[in-house]
Amino acid sequence: MTTPSDLYDLVIGPFAEFAFMRRGLVGVLALSLGAGPIGVFLMLRRMSLVGDAMAHAILPGAALGYLVAGLSLGFMTAGGLIAGFVVALLAGLVTRVTVLKEDAALASFYLISLAGGVVLVSLRGSNVDLLHVLFGSVLALDDPTLLLLATSASINLVVLAVLFRPLVLECVDPLFLRTVGKSGSVTHLGFLALVVLNLVAGFHALGTLLSVGLMMLPAFAARFWSATLEGMMAVATLVGIMSGCLGIILSYHLGTPTGPTIILCAGAIYLVSILIGRRNGLLIRFLPRAHLSA
Amino acid sequence: MRNRSNAITVRDLTLGYDRHPAVHHLDGCFAAGSLTAIIGPNGAGKSTLLKALAGTLPPLSGSVSFEGSKAKIAYLPQSADIDHDFPISVEDLVTTGLWQKTGPFGAFSQHDRTTVLEALDRVGLAGFEARILGTLSGGQLQRVLFARLMVQGADIILIDEPFAAIDTKTVRDLMHLVRHWHGEGRTILAVLHDMALVEEYFPDCLMLAREPVAWGKTSDVLTADHLAQARAMIEANDPHADLCERAA
Repeated sequence: MTTPSDLYDLVIGPFAEFAFMRRGLVGVLALSLGAGPIGVFLMLRRMSLVGDAMAHAILPGAALGYLVAGLSLGFMTAGGLIAGFVVALLAGLVTRVTVLKEDAALASFYLISLAGGVVLVSLRGSNVDLLHVLFGSVLALDDPTLLLLATSASINLVVLAVLFRPLVLECVDPLFLRTVGKSGSVTHLGFLALVVLNLVAGFHALGTLLSVGLMMLPAFAARFWSATLEGMMAVATLVGIMSGCLGIILSYHLGTPTGPTIILCAGAIYLVSILIGRRNGLLIRFLPRAHLSA
Repeated sequence: MRNRSNAITVRDLTLGYDRHPAVHHLDGCFAAGSLTAIIGPNGAGKSTLLKALAGTLPPLSGSVSFEGSKAKIAYLPQSADIDHDFPISVEDLVTTGLWQKTGPFGAFSQHDRTTVLEALDRVGLAGFEARILGTLSGGQLQRVLFARLMVQGADIILIDEPFAAIDTKTVRDLMHLVRHWHGEGRTILAVLHDMALVEEYFPDCLMLAREPVAWGKTSDVLTADHLAQARAMIEANDPHADLCERAA
């Protein structure tokens, strides 16, 4: 029999007791606010794997920052941002001036970036502990890092609001945008910059590779709950927040690593959405329902 | 409307890809307020010409000029490159026709909304404004795109093969709309393959087969001679072609 006080111990207690739990929660909330809407746009533009490519592109930059200045928030963030922006810009350039399509261009540069980063790191001969960069540390977020996550989320929402109209039009009808205005490539680069910003902010909490998970899995889940763009962005943000809360509590009680647990929760919500989502969920699809008259 | 002035003038215009001409040395004018069909076999350069007029393809040589410093052009490309799965409503898509007025940030007035709803009504889609794009049929989507053309309120309208895989009733409805735009004095160019439609609705006609075959009144252009001439065009370009030495 569960009593209210059991429930308190289970859900609220850990946060009331430990500051690192509260910090982790705030960090994940900030990340979800930025990553949710971005993930929805990536999914709708069939760029779901771009997040992954970008995460790989960022990794060497962050590692270089680490080599130069140790576990420095500023250097690792700057390194990641620079590596991500350079790859996005070069890929954009190659897409525009050569026959290669964007997926090919992005793949080529993230691979070069990744290999270059590994070579540089090994040249220094240090056995860098990249575990932090790879898997993050949700439960060790200090003030400056939290500030970075919050700043990133704020920039994200503002820039997304500014880019929103051209971004939607570039998704739906890029040719039309090109005939009525010149903002197409600026919009696209701005959007990729947001992806990079999100992932760089995300790697402090979840690591470069897993932070893609908090961006994409909620977006995929959202597809099964809403038919409108606004609805999907709202649901994706909500799913991100839910995964964050659930993941942190579960990892506390089960003693599992927090980052992967959060992403697993997002994955679980995604799988459940596939099953019972009210927009084309499998259950609705295979449930015998009478058709309408018109 | 300014009578008999020229809305679009092309001078010795050559367009193409990889230096191979798709439209070769085209010279002439589209009169303001004219309604012209552009016809010719596949690969004749019809779509290429519209792209250049819309400003999305720079000429290899020659020039395109418009009357007035800033002509408003609306362009509906062939098989518009639209993502049907994107969750956008019919109303929002038609509203993008106001882009030149509002830009990326400008606000929409109540009047703008009325304009959009009227356009939807005009193309026979009243009540469809909240529908998501992916739920429309091919014909309905084409009607939506015509509503957007209307909302753009352009002086020059370029339409590229708008009736591929569209049923007769929709074609009739949309052609009546085109005729209505013509009555409002807009300059309209449409690429078409249906000769009956061209004869019925279009006073002027340009027959292209890479080179211009004939250009003028539709009855003068649609002759057996011209058609045979157009059909004789060799579609494939010659990879070993010499440089063109025709005087500019």
